Amino acid sequence: MSDGYVTPDGRTIGGKVLEMRNITLRFGGVVAIKDISFDIREGEIRAIIGPNGAGKSSMLNVINGFYHPQEGEIWFHGEVRKPMKPYQIAKQGIARTFQNIALFKGMSTLDNIMTGRFNHMKTNILAQMVWKGPAAREEAENREIVEKVIDFLEIQAIRKTPVGALPYGLQKRVELGRALAAQPKLLLLDEPMAGMNVEEKEDMSRFILDVNDEFGTTIALIEHDMGVVMDISDRVVVMDYGKKIGDGTPDEVRNNQAVIDAYLGVDHG
Amino acid sequence: MYDQFLYGTEAAINGLMTGVMYSLVALGFVLIFKASGIFNYAQGVMALFGALTLVGIQSGQVPFAGIINAIFGTNIQHFGWTVPAVAAIILTIGVMVLFAWLVERYLLKHLVNQEPIILFMATIGLAYFMEGVGDLMWGSNIKKIDLPIPQGINETIDSLTYDWFGYGFYIDNLDITAAIISVFLVVALTIFSQYSTTGRALRAVADDHQAALSVGISLRKIWVIVWGIAGFIALVAGVMWGAKSGVQFSLSLITLKALPVLMLGGFTSIPGAIIGGMIIGVGEKVFEFIVSSSWFGDFMGFTMNATENWFAYVLALVFLVFRPQGLFGDKIIERV
Repeated sequence: MSDGYVTPDGRTIGGKVLEMRNITLRFGGVVAIKDISFDIREGEIRAIIGPNGAGKSSMLNVINGFYHPQEGEIWFHGEVRKPMKPYQIAKQGIARTFQNIALFKGMSTLDNIMTGRFNHMKTNILAQMVWKGPAAREEAENREIVEKVIDFLEIQAIRKTPVGALPYGLQKRVELGRALAAQPKLLLLDEPMAGMNVEEKEDMSRFILDVNDEFGTTIALIEHDMGVVMDISDRVVVMDYGKKIGDGTPDEVRNNQAVIDAYLGVDHG
Repeated sequence: MYDQFLYGTEAAINGLMTGVMYSLVALGFVLIFKASGIFNYAQGVMALFGALTLVGIQSGQVPFAGIINAIFGTNIQHFGWTVPAVAAIILTIGVMVLFAWLVERYLLKHLVNQEPIILFMATIGLAYFMEGVGDLMWGSNIKKIDLPIPQGINETIDSLTYDWFGYGFYIDNLDITAAIISVFLVVALTIFSQYSTTGRALRAVADDHQAALSVGISLRKIWVIVWGIAGFIALVAGVMWGAKSGVQFSLSLITLKALPVLMLGGFTSIPGAIIGGMIIGVGEKVFEFIVSSSWFGDFMGFTMNATENWFAYVLALVFLVFRPQGLFGDKIIERV
């Protein structure tokens, strides 16, 4: 699969967007991630699954720069990425959502999603103080893109509502909107469906598939709901105790003995 | 009684003006507190430092003249020129922004994720450090602000109120100017933070650091901007208070006047800082007026003086008991 592949539903998957090579992450004596390698390809939906504490969120935090691995290389668009701050990585086109929603609670839905455009706004602070001219023009252009995201996620009704006042499911959707507004090359979703009811999960699955389909966005997601994961993802990495125990299509993973053991709870001793 | 009412109104208006000047100091606190959760004890010293620097630059004083003279055995004090007001103001703003950058680079950067109390202690240290630097740079003598700020009784208001009520109100032009500038600053800041990209980033950082990072906002850059703006506000406050009572080191104590304003208005609200300042300004003047008046004495059997010293703190205490988040602050609800 060096030059991509074609999915069963006929989408063409391209080359490697991101490649993790032999990543090891330690917190003091605790090894959170142990020598893991995998890649994420252009246009695919890549899931990372595993039992609680397997190191999935740590892996996402390594990808977006909250954590820096002690060993290993991260390749982004065919180049080794040197250690960077999270905001620099965001500028490179990696956007994310969080397991415990991290929205700007005092700001409106619209303003939250506008912050997603931050990387695309170039006028300096002096121009912004003058406001008329470049800053106003830039605001209008970016606002248009944000309105499209709002339409896409069907959240027009809550545009002006402070997000702190929104129900959980909608907050998750606004957070997705903020990440989408950045028009990322790689979108990281940390448990996008955690704590949702069946209906909300179906909505969220549909949005994830639509994002991938309409904008061709590459998506990496962590999710616990096996049904959802197997339904929507093209390839799955399985982690357990910081190690990779499986990697492949949903069908391959489903039949992998190590994966079955991890989920059914075989003695690790 | 009618006379008393007029005097009281005059006191209230004067209090309102003074209150706006308290707000100016409180505003700097709110900005920094919102963006970084730091209670910046040095805000008052920043006001002093800003005013000192402005006077120093404008009058062509040589910075650190004392040290230079001591080391080289020279006796230089002045460059022998004076800088026009506008240029001096711009240069001083430059110094305040440079200061903001230094604070971020050498202080905040090393204290990320520390306990609030540690950050607070750091700003106390910063306050004394700056006071020392200000002394070394510009000397400790009392200086006069030399800007074309109108001062003295406002004749228009005096004659108008005399025509209307038969008693002319004494309102100082300086207070009016300060109030107008403060209101303008607040409106400008509010618009800026609501509608500009950087303003949105400021609010984002105030709300959630991790989320802000994840959309590409550099916390350090935002902190420099916030401290820069706070420095600018401190400069305005320093100039206004300095014009009132001369630029002297006791100016840094206005920090203590801003505290009750913050407790009243809430630590996280820009409008709160303004309204809080006005309430305290009006409150202390009117309270003083009432309790020192002869009819209060007749009624109660005693009068009180110098209540301005403690009134604001008592009011703040009452608020702490009944509404700890202040009038406009965010209510903190812990979910269990």
